[in-house]
Amino acid sequence: MNTDILIIGAGLIGTSTALQLAMRGCRCIVIDKASPGRHASGSNAGGLRQLNRDLAEIPLSVAAAKMWHNIENLVDSDCDARFPGQIRVAENQSDMHKLEQRAAMVRSMGYQHEEMIGRKELFQIVPALAPHCIGALICREDGYARPYHALTAFRQKAESLGASFHSDCEVYNITQEGDGWSVRTSQGTYNSSIVVNCAGAWAGELAAQMQEPVPLTPKALMLMVTERLPHFVDPVMGAESRKLSFKQMQNGTLIIGGALVAKLDFEQERTDIDWQQLAASAKTVLDFFPQLQDVRIVRAWAGIEGFMPDNIPVISASHKANNAYHAFGFSAHGLQLSPVIGLIMAQLILDGLSELPIEPFSISRFNH
Amino acid sequence: MRDHYQLIIIGAGPAGLAAAVTATNHGISCALLDEQASPGGQIYRAIESAPATRAQVLGSEYQQGKTLAEEFRACSVEYFPECKVWSLNSEREVGVLYKDQSKIISADQVLVASGAIERPVPFPGWTLPGVMQAGAGQILFKSAGVIPSDGVVLAGSGPLLLLLAWQYMQVGVEIKAMLDVTPHSNFLSALTKFPRALLAHHYLTKGLIYQRDLKRAGIVSKMAVSNLKAEGNGELQSISYRHLGREHSIETGLLMTHFGVIPDIWLTQAAGCQHRRDSSQQCWRPQHNEWGNTSIDGILIAGDGAGINGVRSAEYAGRLAVLQALFSLGVISQAERNQQSINPRKQMRKERHIRPFLEAYFAIPQNMLATTDKSTIICRCEEITAGEIRAAVDNAHGDSNQVKYLSRCGMGPCQGRQCANAVAHIVADAGGEAISDSSLFRGRPPVAPLTLAQLASLSAENAS
Repeated sequence: MNTDILIIGAGLIGTSTALQLAMRGCRCIVIDKASPGRHASGSNAGGLRQLNRDLAEIPLSVAAAKMWHNIENLVDSDCDARFPGQIRVAENQSDMHKLEQRAAMVRSMGYQHEEMIGRKELFQIVPALAPHCIGALICREDGYARPYHALTAFRQKAESLGASFHSDCEVYNITQEGDGWSVRTSQGTYNSSIVVNCAGAWAGELAAQMQEPVPLTPKALMLMVTERLPHFVDPVMGAESRKLSFKQMQNGTLIIGGALVAKLDFEQERTDIDWQQLAASAKTVLDFFPQLQDVRIVRAWAGIEGFMPDNIPVISASHKANNAYHAFGFSAHGLQLSPVIGLIMAQLILDGLSELPIEPFSISRFNH
Repeated sequence: MRDHYQLIIIGAGPAGLAAAVTATNHGISCALLDEQASPGGQIYRAIESAPATRAQVLGSEYQQGKTLAEEFRACSVEYFPECKVWSLNSEREVGVLYKDQSKIISADQVLVASGAIERPVPFPGWTLPGVMQAGAGQILFKSAGVIPSDGVVLAGSGPLLLLLAWQYMQVGVEIKAMLDVTPHSNFLSALTKFPRALLAHHYLTKGLIYQRDLKRAGIVSKMAVSNLKAEGNGELQSISYRHLGREHSIETGLLMTHFGVIPDIWLTQAAGCQHRRDSSQQCWRPQHNEWGNTSIDGILIAGDGAGINGVRSAEYAGRLAVLQALFSLGVISQAERNQQSINPRKQMRKERHIRPFLEAYFAIPQNMLATTDKSTIICRCEEITAGEIRAAVDNAHGDSNQVKYLSRCGMGPCQGRQCANAVAHIVADAGGEAISDSSLFRGRPPVAPLTLAQLASLSAENAS
């Protein structure tokens, strides 16, 4: 099969890249070893967060936030996105101090989206919170979406503009042939002028095949969800010095996470929930919301994602080969960035450069 | 409760009870965990407490459980009733909730004797109050002697439906009609299995006696019924069906349905055991060998949880699986295992002669497994209809899990227990694909809902 651009990985990053390329009239195919959104993109917590990003990510995240607020213009669906804000709670003066420093740092870079609130406003926004909390860092424009809905909207829009998606298409090997690429898969060989590696947790293996190894670690992050409850909290809740990520979705269920890692057998793609960690997480939630003690957990799961040692992604043209590009390693915070990553990748591929600062995400940063 | 046992048995039905007795005869440390307050499982529910008159109505097969329960009480197993097992993983770690305290315990060998659940088959109106599963009716009768006071319509397929009708008749319940959805074509496919079934003729005889008694009592019984619908405004008021090309309707406030039973695979799924589609039993069951070994080392399965073979067979399978566990533990030799297995294996084979016939005769018609009625609710927790599921498939969400992600079907408090099978069938039907080993939702723990406080108690337990 021949195509101009072959994108490997039908997660949100690959799909968003396909969408932007298709919008600019390119012929592209997205292949996935399973199905669109099978791993991290379908099983993440759905956070749309600018709050407390790595400083290098801030320009991208702010641009992405603008796109999320108008997401319907881009993909003809609101992706069930809501913007009740995200909050990072301080439980003591030390937390408060760190958050104030953070807010000042972000302001000094010329950004206004992160601001401090005191105890009074915190309890106006989250009356249900345990009384020991004393303030918070807030980003009022933040929120959440439903990841699989977002992925589906991106995919369908890309398809409507001519992109193709092929599921159950596992890459066996990639070889450069002249200026182009030959990609042998479980569904036959694809010949493409350009390849884009958006393979998430599997991107490290692909990068190695493309002679550009990276220190990517696959990990499986756990989430749990409760039964539906009457509405009681608006913003997405985090905490400065605890592993907490907590939100009440549109339908009343609570999604509880917090960078908790499951046991992972990567070869078998099998995850085992680490209950001790989830128990600690449940305890943390109860420290902040003791009234939830009799709420039932309905399900827990873990999604497999690629993590980089510095916890920021690779967004880069290849430094080893022509006509190869990488966007992976989002280290469990790629959903919010995904619309702008598609834009950046389309610019990189078609224009040779991006309008946004992506030097910190170069793949060459690991080649010392 | 200790942190570790040589053998943990999950479930106190016939397989689990027999397994516990055999295991403790060999002096190993063995715990039996069960969610009910007393031994018996579903089939022998309330076996120690049911009054003699009720036990008599429940029949000789039920009463056989009494001996087994007595042997169980006399054995040295550590028995934990009212114990909720909420997780099992491939390392043989078992998450339990006992006396409101969560704990993770482990074992060298785990025997899952999870038993069966009633096959949920969605049809128009099945979620109306007043429609219930026959198994639930039997539970009420076994445990508390509760019976319908204003009459009942029984509908569906399978031996349990006939048994319940007969039992209700014995205690004076008005049976307004027996509606059997088994199509006539089943007779033909069952015919070839009939000679083998004759080897277990006592089962056939019993079925014929039940039918004869019901007929003598003048109970209306219709065969090859189709288009079953429950109707009513907010609650069941009537049911309608088609029979011999004509539509009929019956006024009733209670409809009990039964569409056979399927293995309860939630624990083996959670552990990551491989499962196979069984086309004859129209279900998924854990892959296992003749000793009950699953695909995971040290996790065994016995009884109806391994595939539906009935109460007697379950008891023998429990004994065989324990012999295998004892061999794996080094307690008995291979020769001893093989020697001791000869009799239970022979008995088990005898019990199973009837199964192929029953499976063919009571097979649920395809158009009920994968309903084509778009407005029928499939996921009752999230109120997702068959039409929404078919639309998702048309929109390139090609498997059950993608349909779940998109529509939320299977994401409610029942964790997909009520809809997993139906969704798998509808997705396959809508996509024009054959149903396969992997058509079900992927399992999502906990296997039983836990509260945040109950889960949090695990970390306190660990710290202490």
